Amino acid sequence: MEEIRKRFIQGFFILIALIYVGRLFYLQVIDETYKLDAENNAVRKLIQVPFRGLVYDRNKKLIVSNTVVYDLYVTPKKARVADTLRFCEMFGITRTEFDSLTHLAKVYSPVRPSLMLRQLSRQDYARVQDAMVDYPGFDFQVSALRTYDSKAMANALGYVGEISPERLLKQEETGEDYYRQGDYVGVTGLERQYEEQLRGERGIKYMMVNSRGVEKGAYKNGEFDKEPIAGKNLITSIDINLQAYADSLMQHKVGSVVAIEPSTGEVLAMVSAPTYDPSLLSGRTYSKYFQQLNLNPMHPLLNRPPSAYYRPGSTFKIIQALVALQMGVISPGTGFSHAGSPINCSHSHPVASDVQKAIQYSCNPYFYQTYKRIIYNNNERNVFKKSAFGLQKWDEMVAKFGIGQSLEIDLPNEKKGKLPDVPYYDKMYKGELRWKFSNIASNSIGEGEIIVNPLKMANVAAIIANRGWYIRPHLVKGIGKVGQIDDKYKEKISVGIDRRHFETVIGGMVAAVNNGTVSGDGRMSDIQMCGKTGTSQNRHGENHSIFIAFAPRENPKIAIAVFVENAGSGGAHAAPIASLCIEKYIKGRVDRKAIETKWMNKGYPLNIIRTTPKTDNAKNATAQKDSAVKKVDEELFLTSSQTLPLMGADKPNAVKIPMKPKK
Amino acid sequence: MARQEKISKNLDWITVLLFIVSVGVGWANIYAAIYNPENPLWIGDAGFFDTNAGKQLIWIGTTVLLIIAILVVDYRFYETTAFFIYGFFIFMLLSVFVIGAEIKGSHSWIRMGGFQIQPAEFAKMATALALAKYISTPLVNLSRFKDQFNVALIILVPPVLILLSKETGVALVFSSFLILLYREGLPGIYPASFLSIILLFVLSLIYPSWQIFIGLAILASLIIWILPRYERKTRNILLVVGIAFTMGLFVTGVDWAINNVLQEHQRNRIKVLIDPDFDRKKTGYNVRQAKIAIGSGGLLGKGYLQGTQTKFDFVPEQSTDFIFCTVGEEEGFMGSLVVVGLFLGLLLRVIYLAERQKSRFARVYGYGVVSILFFHFMVNVGMTIGLMPVIGIPLPFFSYGGSSLWSFSILLFIFLKIDAHRSQVLSRW
Repeated sequence: MEEIRKRFIQGFFILIALIYVGRLFYLQVIDETYKLDAENNAVRKLIQVPFRGLVYDRNKKLIVSNTVVYDLYVTPKKARVADTLRFCEMFGITRTEFDSLTHLAKVYSPVRPSLMLRQLSRQDYARVQDAMVDYPGFDFQVSALRTYDSKAMANALGYVGEISPERLLKQEETGEDYYRQGDYVGVTGLERQYEEQLRGERGIKYMMVNSRGVEKGAYKNGEFDKEPIAGKNLITSIDINLQAYADSLMQHKVGSVVAIEPSTGEVLAMVSAPTYDPSLLSGRTYSKYFQQLNLNPMHPLLNRPPSAYYRPGSTFKIIQALVALQMGVISPGTGFSHAGSPINCSHSHPVASDVQKAIQYSCNPYFYQTYKRIIYNNNERNVFKKSAFGLQKWDEMVAKFGIGQSLEIDLPNEKKGKLPDVPYYDKMYKGELRWKFSNIASNSIGEGEIIVNPLKMANVAAIIANRGWYIRPHLVKGIGKVGQIDDKYKEKISVGIDRRHFETVIGGMVAAVNNGTVSGDGRMSDIQMCGKTGTSQNRHGENHSIFIAFAPRENPKIAIAVFVENAGSGGAHAAPIASLCIEKYIKGRVDRKAIETKWMNKGYPLNIIRTTPKTDNAKNATAQKDSAVKKVDEELFLTSSQTLPLMGADKPNAVKIPMKPKK
Repeated sequence: MARQEKISKNLDWITVLLFIVSVGVGWANIYAAIYNPENPLWIGDAGFFDTNAGKQLIWIGTTVLLIIAILVVDYRFYETTAFFIYGFFIFMLLSVFVIGAEIKGSHSWIRMGGFQIQPAEFAKMATALALAKYISTPLVNLSRFKDQFNVALIILVPPVLILLSKETGVALVFSSFLILLYREGLPGIYPASFLSIILLFVLSLIYPSWQIFIGLAILASLIIWILPRYERKTRNILLVVGIAFTMGLFVTGVDWAINNVLQEHQRNRIKVLIDPDFDRKKTGYNVRQAKIAIGSGGLLGKGYLQGTQTKFDFVPEQSTDFIFCTVGEEEGFMGSLVVVGLFLGLLLRVIYLAERQKSRFARVYGYGVVSILFFHFMVNVGMTIGLMPVIGIPLPFFSYGGSSLWSFSILLFIFLKIDAHRSQVLSRW
C-alpha cells in the first residue's frame, strides 16, 4: 500500500516534469514566433539617411549641394520648459503649435525622442544653442537640406520634398519598400528622374532597447549594421552661365529657352519662365511657397520646355520644305506665287521664286502649295482616299523629326505633342473618307492640329544643324565617378532626309536672319546664325513668338529654340533673345549691350488664361476657323493649364512624428 | 570533533551537491538578469552590493552560516520542539498584523534592522515539522476523522493568517501537504477529489456551464450502465447521481465565485491562462513576455549574459518570480532541461531519503520538504511557460530573496541533519 503510494507520488512528479519538458520543447524549439517577437521587442532598426548626390554643370561648377541643418527632437519625459513663452519666441512658433507638437510627441512615446521642428538653419541653431541649457530633454540632430546655388533652372532641376501619400501607395503596389512616410524624395525635374542615383543607399543600424525604449547599445556588436552610402553626383550638360543668362533674358516674360549642343544632344540650357527659387520648396518654407506657386496663374511650376503645348507656327515650314524636297514634289528651284492659295501672307514680300526665298520670307501660300503637292503625291483617284494616303506618308516622314513622339529626355512629364494622323481626322470628321486636303491645309504652315513643345523645336534646330540626324536630348552626361549614362543618349538617329536638302534649307535660314523675317536686333555681325521665325496662333491672346536657330553655319556649336508667350511675331521678339544666347555661348560674352539691355527689360502684358475662351480672334486671318481648330484650341488650353507637375497634397511638414518601425 | 566527523560522513552529499548547484546556477542567473552591458558590475565594483546579485551573495553567505548552525544543533531538537516552533511562527504571523511593514501591497513583512523577513516563508517549514510531530504520535491514523480534523487544523491555520495579510501565493503552498498526507495513509478519495475539483474548475472556465452539465449527465449514465448487475443497487445509483449533481453545483459555484469572490487581478490571471491573448497590455503582459523570453531561447539559448528580453526589463520580476525566464532565454531548451532535471533529481532523492528513515517523524518531515519544493517548482516554472496561473511564489534556491533562500535551506537542511542521524534512531514504527 505504502509502496504503491510512493510510486504514485514519484510517477506524478515525473509526469509533471515530462509535461514541462514537452511544453518547453514546443516553446523553445518548435514554435518560432517567439524569436520574432523577441526581436521586435528588443531590437530597433535605425535608418541612417545618406547625403544626397550633388549636381554639377558641364564645367564642373556646383549647382545643387547640401547644407547642414538641425532638427529639434524632444523627449517628453526629460523635457522641462520653464518659460514656454520664451521658448516659443525663440523658435518662432505659437503657443498652440507648441502644445500640439509636445502632445503629439507624448502620444508617440514619452521616453523616445520625437521630431519637433525640422531644418533649423545654422544661424538659428547658433542663436538658440546657448539658451538650450535651460531646456533639458531637447536635442538637435544634424540633417541635410537641399540647396540650389542658382535660381536659374528651378524647373529642370526640380526639388526635393517629403514623399506624398500617393507615391507611397504606388510603391506599395509595386512591392518595393524603400520609402517610408516622412522620407525625402525628388519630386520633379532631375531630382525625380535621377532619384535612385542621387539618393544613395540608406544605412541601417540595429540597436538594442529596453522595455521603455531606451537604447542599450549595438545589437550583436553591429554585425548586421549597414553603413549608409552617399548618393552619386550628377554631372549635367547644362552650362550654368548660359542658363543664368538666358534666364535673365526671360525675366518679365513667359516662355522657354532650350539650347542643345547638336553634336552630342546635350542640353546646354533649359529655361522655363517665370521661374522660382527652388530653395524655397526644399525646406520648412515648402508648404507656404508651394501653395503660392501652385496658385500663380502663370504656372511657374510647369516645366514648359518638355511639358507645355504650342503650335509650331512657321518654324514648321522648314520640316515641310525638307519633306517636300526629299519626296521630290518640289526642287530647290520651284517657285509659287500667292495666287490660288486660301492662306495668304499678312506681310508683303518679293515673290518666293525658290525654296530659299520661301523660307527667307516665310511665305504662307508657298507652303500651302507645297503641302498640297505632298498630300496629293500619289495615284489614288478619289480625292478623299488621296488625302488619307498622302497624310499617312507625310506623317511617317515628319514623325522622324520627333513631332508627336517622345524624345525620351531624362526629365519626368515629357509631353509627346501631336502629329495628326488619319484616324485622328476620321474621328474629328466622324467617319472615314470625309475629309480632304482643304480640311487639313492649315498644317502646311504649322498651325492646325500640330502641337509641339520648345524642347522638340530645339531638337529640330539640332537636326538641321547636324544636316539630318540627332542624338536624343539629355541633361545628364555623367553619374558619379565612373557612372555612364544610358546608351540611348549616344545613338545617332537619322531623319531620313538627304544632306543636300538641308544645305538648301539652311541657305533659306541664313537669308531669313540676314535679310528676311528676323528683325535687326537678331543679327550678329561676327556669328552667322541660321534661323527660322514662327508665330504661333492661339485663342487666348496675343500670338506666341517662336524662333529656332543654330550657329555657326558650319560646325554648329549650339541649336536653340526660344518661345515667348503672347509676345507677337517670332522675328521681332524671340529671335533677338536667341541671338543673344548664341553670342553669349559662343563668345562667352555679349558685345551688343544696348540690345541686351533692351530685351532683358522688355515685358509683355500678362495674358492670364481665362476660363471662357475669347470669341473674337481676329488677328488669325489665315487660319481656317472651323470646328477642328476650335477643338485643338480647347486642347491647348486644357493641356497648358493641367500639365502641372504631379505633386502630393501639401501638408505641414513641421509637425512630423517619425514612424514606428514596420513590423 | 568526533561529532563533526560523523556529520560529514553521514550527511547525504548528493543532496548537498544538488543544493549547491541549484544555488550556484540560481545566482548566476540572477547576475544575468540584472546584468547591464553598458555598466557591467562585478564583485568589488562600487554599487555591486546594491544590486540583487550582490545582495543575494550576502544572503548566500548568511545561509551557509545558518546551515552550519542547523548541523551543529542536536538532531532531536527539531522533533522535541516541533510544536513550539509551529507556535512561534503562528505568533509571528499574528504579529505581522501589528508590526508588519507593507511591501508591494502585501502586509506580511517584518523589518529587522536593515532587511525584511517574511514569516510566511518560514511558516511552511514550521507546519511541516508540526505535521510530522503529530502524525508520528503513536496510534494516529489518517483514515480516522478525528485525526483528519486535527491535521487539517494544523495545516489550515497558517494559510488563513497568510491570506489575511494578502499573500495568496504563499498560502496556496499549504495545499501541497496533501502529498504528504496521501503518503501517510490519508484515503485516496481526498487527493482524488482535490484533483477533480481543480479539473472541474479549469473546465468550468473554458466551457459554458450547460455543456459541463450535459457532460456530467452523460458520464453519470455511462457509469450506471457499465455497473455490473449485482452492483446496480439503488444506493449506488443514487451515489453516482449525487456526485454528478454535486459536481454540477460546484461548477455553478465556480462561476459565481469567479465573478463575486475573486478580485479583479486574480480573475484576470486565471483568464490569461485560458486565453493567452487576453489583456495583452496588463495582466497578459507578464505571461506573454515570459513566454517570449523562454521561447526565443531556442535549443541552445542566446548565451550567458546575451539575453535581450530578461536583461532589458521586458520580463517583470525577472530576478525573483520569473528567474526561470533567464535560464530559458540564455541557456535555451538544454538549460531548461538541466534545471527541470535538477529539481526532479532533488525531489526523487529526498523521497528516497525519506523512505529510508526509521523514525516516522523523519519520514513525514521528509515528505513535507518534498511537498513544498514540488509545489513551488510546479507553479513557478508552470506560470512562466503558461501552464499555471501567475502566482507569485519563488523558485526554490534560484529566485532572488533572503527569506525564501533562508527558509528553503533551513527546510532542507533540518531534514538532512535528521537523516544523518537515522541510524541512531532505535524506535521503528
